[in-house]
Amino acid sequence: MSAPHWPAADIEPERYELREVTLRAGLPGATRREFVKVLGGGLVVVLVTRNVHAAPRLAGSLGTSAAHEGAAAAGPEEIGAWLQVDGTGAVTVFTGKVEMGQGIRTSLAQELAEELRVPMASVKMIMGDTDLTQFDQGTFGSRSTPQMGTQLRKVGAAARELLIGFAAQQWDADRASLTAADARVTDLRANRSLGYGELAGGRKLTETVRDDAVQTPAAQWTIAGTSAPKVGARDIVTGAHKYTSDLRLDGMLYGRVLRPASIGATLASLDDAPAKAMRGVVVARDGGLVGVAAPGTSEADTALAAMRATWTAVSGTPVSSRDLFEHLKGARPLGAGDQIEGGGGSAPFVRGDPSAAIAAADRRIDQRYTVAYIAHVPLEPRAAVAQWSRDEQGEKLTVWTGTQRPFGVRDELARAFGLPNARVRVIMPDTGSGYGGKHTGECAVEAARLAKAAGRPVKLQWTREEEFRWAYFRPAGVIDVSAGVRSDGTITAWTFDNYNSGTAAIRPMYEIANQHVAFHPSDSPLRQGSYRGLAATANQFARETAIDELAELVKMDPLAFRLKNLDDPRLKAVLQAAADRFGWGEKPATNHGVGIACGFEKGGYVATCAEVAVDRASGGVRIVRSVTAFDCGAVINPDGLRNQIAGSMVQGIGGALFEAIEFENRVVTNAHLRDYRVPRFSDVPAIDVVLIDRKDQPSFGSGETPIMALAPAVGSAIFGATGFRPRQLPMARGGIKLSASDQGP
Amino acid sequence: MRIDLEVNGQRRTVNVDASRTLLSVLREELALTGTKYGCGEGQCGACTVLLNGRAVRSCRTEISRATAARVTTIEGLERDGRLHPLQQAFLDEGAMQCGYCTPGMIMEGVSLLERLAAPSADEIVRAMQGNVCRCGTYPRIVAAIQRAAAAHMERP
Repeated sequence: MSAPHWPAADIEPERYELREVTLRAGLPGATRREFVKVLGGGLVVVLVTRNVHAAPRLAGSLGTSAAHEGAAAAGPEEIGAWLQVDGTGAVTVFTGKVEMGQGIRTSLAQELAEELRVPMASVKMIMGDTDLTQFDQGTFGSRSTPQMGTQLRKVGAAARELLIGFAAQQWDADRASLTAADARVTDLRANRSLGYGELAGGRKLTETVRDDAVQTPAAQWTIAGTSAPKVGARDIVTGAHKYTSDLRLDGMLYGRVLRPASIGATLASLDDAPAKAMRGVVVARDGGLVGVAAPGTSEADTALAAMRATWTAVSGTPVSSRDLFEHLKGARPLGAGDQIEGGGGSAPFVRGDPSAAIAAADRRIDQRYTVAYIAHVPLEPRAAVAQWSRDEQGEKLTVWTGTQRPFGVRDELARAFGLPNARVRVIMPDTGSGYGGKHTGECAVEAARLAKAAGRPVKLQWTREEEFRWAYFRPAGVIDVSAGVRSDGTITAWTFDNYNSGTAAIRPMYEIANQHVAFHPSDSPLRQGSYRGLAATANQFARETAIDELAELVKMDPLAFRLKNLDDPRLKAVLQAAADRFGWGEKPATNHGVGIACGFEKGGYVATCAEVAVDRASGGVRIVRSVTAFDCGAVINPDGLRNQIAGSMVQGIGGALFEAIEFENRVVTNAHLRDYRVPRFSDVPAIDVVLIDRKDQPSFGSGETPIMALAPAVGSAIFGATGFRPRQLPMARGGIKLSASDQGP
Repeated sequence: MRIDLEVNGQRRTVNVDASRTLLSVLREELALTGTKYGCGEGQCGACTVLLNGRAVRSCRTEISRATAARVTTIEGLERDGRLHPLQQAFLDEGAMQCGYCTPGMIMEGVSLLERLAAPSADEIVRAMQGNVCRCGTYPRIVAAIQRAAAAHMERP
């Protein structure tokens, strides 16, 4: 088996947990003085914070967090967020977070409006523009709500207190008698009031505040905590919203890039003369890129097709999807030791004596679970519009692109072209989804190379096929579980070895005295990276399926077995809530089965129940109905949260039942939507969502964790219907294969 | 070649190769970017427009086929500042996340409602099966189509 030929940097089991942030002080792109000049007059309030990861450190990853916490506490002060109130009372908020459908533009505005005491309509969010917003590591990891939401609430509260102070000064009044509401400060005793615009107008003031302003308790929220409609929705239903792929600049050309015949292949020869001869076509060869820019996409397609290229394939016998799991279990990462920074490395988590405990257990299981590579398939394929310009300071590159990491892409561009970061601006228009798939800047770099060669702005949108072949995938993985249980249903031993898929939610939430939990990086034949929830889905699938198998061994109900081995009251509460709504315990119809699973990750508690119907002749599996109960603390926007949860459940169906990337000879062989099946209308069960709104708890994100429990619940339900235990994701590609002995438990 | 089109009630003339797709002409020649590229293979429905009132995949429709036909895109549904009932229903149901599939979903849904004033849930699923919402808002889209149908039935 030969080594794959992705650069070592691409072998990242789960990209976004790999690097801790380098905290940066100061304003990006502009000095504070310049920044205020850009903004014009009014009141600018800048929040300085010492620790952007003020959110509680969560369990779930391997390794201790002490080093991380120490580093963060000692970190420099940095700008957390800022806002401006101008003379008209308009509020502009600046944040490096980005909107890709998860609704964060709306929910952040709600949190800010709540604390500042202004109507939602007066808040404008400037997001993900590296020249205008503060540095942000990226929009991933469900961090926007706990991190940026908290910061915006703080800056909103601080700005409110400043405005009250201005009024007190102006009236020479006791500020204790003043209240702020609906964008006005009112003096109840003297029956007078001033609008925020009047208080801020005429000033040119930048106030820096620390993050200690008193925030409104969730129980008193009137704007946060409500189902505010999605900001910008009207422009979406009229087609007016401009995604990156919809932007048009004067003189803009359309790009296409020549791709290798197989993964890792290098260009052996190229005849680009026919393309060069075409009217209006520019051929670019730069930094390993070969591409064209043309007046339209069809001209670009024609020019690309006219190029004659030969390729030298990577030598050696390639791994294919058929021998993938053997390979992953046996292989070691290329050019890396077992320690992967921030990914948990291979230092296992050990408690007690799992080997002895397994040997002493009444019953034991030893099982292997596998997960396939899957693709994000964002409906808007990655796109970028690049424009080079020149001013008194020299060259400047501006790129609009749909990315979850505008600052990361800015850095990639700066490196690619040898420019200082300040000479590159990345702007992120609200984008056509990401799901963890849009962390990288390859399309932005390609567009910039084409634009440089053409001397004109270039738009590059990848084709769907390019998305399937040249983006990155959710890591495939092998997970071996051995566990022991006492006859009374107490889990006594747990060993869990994850090969390649990652560490998210790898540690069990069950109370188990003897544990050995390890992550083993491997040598991925395909490019892999972040995917919604990272490895939580894989680890949950293996763990919750194994838990079901243990329950089966001791003849306990899967819900009762879980409740017996869990301690966390919030986890137990979501389990019970899902079970109650679902009607757990009712006997399913013939060839139907029910299953349940739960999990905790990134501050969210989730439990899902599912009922499936299996066609015994074809092996076809249909999810009939599903209930998910979710608790992520105080809910910011109930309808938006329901949308995220239900959407996660639908997206999770694909990875659970039928999505898988196939490859052979270093070529993805199902790189089209007709071959790679994604969930469609007919796949959707009756979905019910139970929200547990904990107003006494801090708010956490919801974009990822709700996807985790669907697959094991469905697997358990398939077992209930057939007696066949699925141990691989996807579980039912082309139908499950029942043997004569599978008759139901 | 010179091609005369009627797009959203307006006569438009473009001078393009006859093999160009309707999608590329709408987006690149006529700046009607509400119609999206999603796969270029007719598999996702993001590029759906109406051709003489029936939904077609504009990425698989040669521009020559649109000659002398009535083309309606998402930009053409709003009348005098009033949204089409299905556009309004998508807002009322919050039937979107990233919104990239939404124009194609609405055009497919409008085509369905032209054929069937009160489609059942099964009929909606069958008609919409070729449209992908990767964010998974399908149940809300079904609800939006039902809501628009109900609004239509209530009208005198």
